[in-house]
Amino acid sequence: MLANVVLVFLWSGITAYVLLAGADFGAGFWDLLAGSAHGGAPQRQRIAASIGPVWEANHVWLIFALVVTWTGFPTVFASIASTLYIPLTIVAFGIILRGSAFAFRKTVTRVAVQRIFGASFALSSVITPFFLGMIAGAIASGRVPVGIAQGSVISSWLNPTSVIGGALAVEVCAYLAAVYLIRDCERAGEGDLAAHFRIRALVMGVITGATALVGIAVLHADAPVLYSGLTHRGLPLVVLSALFGGMSLLLLLRRSHVSVRVTAALAVVCVLWAWGVAQYPDILSGTVTVTAAAAPDATMVVLVITLGVGTALLIPSLLLLYGLQASATPSTSNRDLPEAHS
Amino acid sequence: MVADAASNLGAARAQMGLSLGWHIILACLGVGLPALILIAEWRGIHGDADSLRLAHTWAKAAGVLFAVGAVSGTILSFEMGILWPGLMGKFGAIFGVPFALEGFAFFIEAIFLGIYLYSWDRLTPRRHLLSGVPVVIAGVASAFFVVTANAWMNDPQGFTLVDGKVTDQNPIVAMFNPATPVETTHMILAAFMVTGFLVASVYAVGTLRGRRDRYHRVGLLLPMIVAAALTPAQIVVGDIAAREVADNQPIKLAAMEGLAQTTAGAGEHLGGIFYDGSLHFALVIPHMLALLATGNVNATVKGLDSVPPDDRPEAVALIHLAFDTMVGIGFLLLGLGLWMLVRWIRRRGPPTSRWFLRAAVIAGPGAVVAMECGWITTEVGRQPWIVYNVMRTSAAVNPAPGLYWGLVALVVVYSVLTVVTLLVLRHLAAAGRTVAEE
Repeated sequence: MLANVVLVFLWSGITAYVLLAGADFGAGFWDLLAGSAHGGAPQRQRIAASIGPVWEANHVWLIFALVVTWTGFPTVFASIASTLYIPLTIVAFGIILRGSAFAFRKTVTRVAVQRIFGASFALSSVITPFFLGMIAGAIASGRVPVGIAQGSVISSWLNPTSVIGGALAVEVCAYLAAVYLIRDCERAGEGDLAAHFRIRALVMGVITGATALVGIAVLHADAPVLYSGLTHRGLPLVVLSALFGGMSLLLLLRRSHVSVRVTAALAVVCVLWAWGVAQYPDILSGTVTVTAAAAPDATMVVLVITLGVGTALLIPSLLLLYGLQASATPSTSNRDLPEAHS
Repeated sequence: MVADAASNLGAARAQMGLSLGWHIILACLGVGLPALILIAEWRGIHGDADSLRLAHTWAKAAGVLFAVGAVSGTILSFEMGILWPGLMGKFGAIFGVPFALEGFAFFIEAIFLGIYLYSWDRLTPRRHLLSGVPVVIAGVASAFFVVTANAWMNDPQGFTLVDGKVTDQNPIVAMFNPATPVETTHMILAAFMVTGFLVASVYAVGTLRGRRDRYHRVGLLLPMIVAAALTPAQIVVGDIAAREVADNQPIKLAAMEGLAQTTAGAGEHLGGIFYDGSLHFALVIPHMLALLATGNVNATVKGLDSVPPDDRPEAVALIHLAFDTMVGIGFLLLGLGLWMLVRWIRRRGPPTSRWFLRAAVIAGPGAVVAMECGWITTEVGRQPWIVYNVMRTSAAVNPAPGLYWGLVALVVVYSVLTVVTLLVLRHLAAAGRTVAEE
């Protein structure tokens, strides 16, 4: 029972990470494709203004997922980290490169230097979700056995399901970012930019859908257990996800840029939870169940209380942050600090 | 595959040491800088334009430092599993809870720092100041939570081992182990001292280069006063910490003191080099160690020989040197604070001599060195154990092949990152100065 409560917190945290930090990664994807330093400047400024105040808070969901896993399901954490240490190390470096390059870029003034930091930020924004997706693929396809370094350190994450996982992760991030950015541009009165991101959202939506279709075939061949879970217990969520995805494309065509934020996010949520439902009650597919891997009750009770109280503090703080960000005056200039008050 | 554990151990320890030693500087600034910024902003709201400009400059620096600190901290949580899966798998359920608490504290810190940094012109000055308060509280809280986990590794409690199996887990008892109060206090004070002396030293450099304006004076004195005021308390806490180590980790104390043999009425050994199994060239104060460690001049203090060679730390020379360096710098920093105080009382104003400024320049890096030496003392001094007397570091390490490439990559990445971070900070300092001179 307690194990399931912690699992729901954990999966909700991962969902929040994908929806929020995922979009921040996706913004970096569009930064990468924005073109020359001069021509791409408006897009890049909009992206920096949109993610600047929130990306660090969004990033914390990853730490949240890590610490909840290692406290609530310690052997699972040890198994994943020891077998998948190569992609995890790449993700860690991707995260440090991206975070620091982004922070550095807005403090320097020389264009050449900005360009180097910008390229590091953008490139690592693509590499990081790709390897996170590969890790998800490794776990979902049952290639991480329980125990320390029990899986292959290479083929556990270098396989068809992982590659599809990586591609989907990058595309989902880019898609969410484009969808969120349309509305941000409109609020800032940047109609041209909004149209720019709308096209990108449409294209990326179609690409993501197509990758998902290919993914079904790949899972059928490469991860039969997951495939069977997704086509049986997880099927309603898979179908819902497809519906929300289709609806999002229609809403984009009809320029309903507020509603599409909701449906696009829901499509992603449904995929994530379809995976969870398909794999349940195994936490490491085929080797260990949620209850078997759970920490003893004494720990789980303290952890659930921590999660409850922490969430109660967290939600209003997050709403305050997003509220202040949304009420920002519509401008893309580098306005984190005024030129001194007095 | 499992045969790689032995060769992975050295690389994994080096990688963890480098990651921690690097992150801890940023973590200190993450804890200490928000408080300094709020003090400066508070003075600014009450009419001091120079303080307000300092608050702006420091806030920009905090934005960069916090970002780099957040991501270098993330690497550490990855490494807990990548490098030490044996520790996490077996004991995650016991000492994981403070990390979960720290996660929430970090959330609050990141959220309110985002609000604080981006809403100078969106909130009234008073509200803006208030929005920084959760950053300070959450920063101190996260330092507390993380260090409780380290304290547990030094003084593991809250479980029973039955035939190598962990039972009777109690994460609350684990969190509030005997090492917790003193170790957390020691670290939080260190964070404020490192921040204060480091920021002061930036403005001491500027003053020495001839920028003797009020902006530089406030930038030097405000952080210096905070740091100097905490130094005496830190020395008292450090003394209590040493006694806690004497009680609960006697072999670590023996290594810190370079004490090879168990000795009645042991003397305090200052300096010296430990080789060939004993300490050479040290200055000895008779009976002093016995007195400091136990309160009794004739008490017996355990030496390294009280446990089998396999259970002794291998780097005694380093541990003794690190410990002496930390204590030595601590007293020098105390002296610097006294110098400032005496001069201030006598001449009714802060010291301005070039010698004082030179000392202030060195004090910043000095405080960092002292803090790093403290971590070397406690971490290397705990070896060969990752969990004192319970789990060997060699039993915790990931045996997967090729692990050492992570160390190679880390050295490259952190070398570049160090240089770039320093360049960006220098750029920010120059920009802040230009605004102040306008």
